[in-house]
Amino acid sequence: MTEKRIFGLQWWKWLCVLLLFYTVINGFLIEAPRLPILHETIRNLFFHVTMWFSMMAMMAASVFYGIRYLQTNDLSHDYKSEQSAVTGMFFGILGLITGSIWAKYTWGAWWVNDAKLNGSAATMLVYSAYIILRGSMDDEHKKARLAAVYGIFAFTLMLVFIMVLPRLTDSLHPGNGGNPGFNNYDLDNNLRKVFYPAVIGWILLAVWITEVRVRIKKLKNAFFPY
Amino acid sequence: MITCLLPNLLWAQSDVEMADTMRANGKIYVVIIVLSVVLAGLLFFLINIDLRLRRLEKKQDN
Repeated sequence: MTEKRIFGLQWWKWLCVLLLFYTVINGFLIEAPRLPILHETIRNLFFHVTMWFSMMAMMAASVFYGIRYLQTNDLSHDYKSEQSAVTGMFFGILGLITGSIWAKYTWGAWWVNDAKLNGSAATMLVYSAYIILRGSMDDEHKKARLAAVYGIFAFTLMLVFIMVLPRLTDSLHPGNGGNPGFNNYDLDNNLRKVFYPAVIGWILLAVWITEVRVRIKKLKNAFFPY
Repeated sequence: MITCLLPNLLWAQSDVEMADTMRANGKIYVVIIVLSVVLAGLLFFLINIDLRLRRLEKKQDN
């Protein structure tokens, strides 16, 4: 990211602010297709689906920086890898909570035995294991190396649990198993006008939070060297 | 049989319930304003943290 700052912050942070306000305002004003089962909750696209997109983006960043660490042995890459995963988990938890609330109102239950739901919960467990694995080691470089390798497995598992398996079985979740939601017939061009900016906005927010956490970590290490 | 289906075909447009009332009476703006306030608050908090960090980092560089 560039060094030029506007009122102390980089350009992409201001873009994030703009996009998120755009999402919140236009998300409710824009005309949505009238679909059975979903009704107005199709607008969840801008708030629940984007949480998962952000999580996946952060986990991808985590793997990327993990591999960069393995190549360079530079711990700053490891910090980014770790904090990307932590922020990704945070967004994943938000995705689970928002999805659960939606489910209670649409399906009548906070949770159902469904491929996508179980898959997303399994992903969260896999990444919880990543965090515990990191916590179990003291030596910084050993920790970083092990975490980077496990992170690659974790990311692959995530793709399988969230993207592959739900497409192979019947599912209640919108967009899978023949339910209206996410395919070309239902996501009309109008919604895309808010959805794409929303995805970018929420991902930028995830990146912003990660960057702040990495900076805090670096400062802590400078003032309190281990 | 056709006479039974015809009325359904005519009303197909408004068959699915949406928040039309909320839009008609302007209450949708309450939703938007509330959420914007929440968003503004949280973003302000984040920006504040970011700028405080910058101050500390600048101090460290000197």
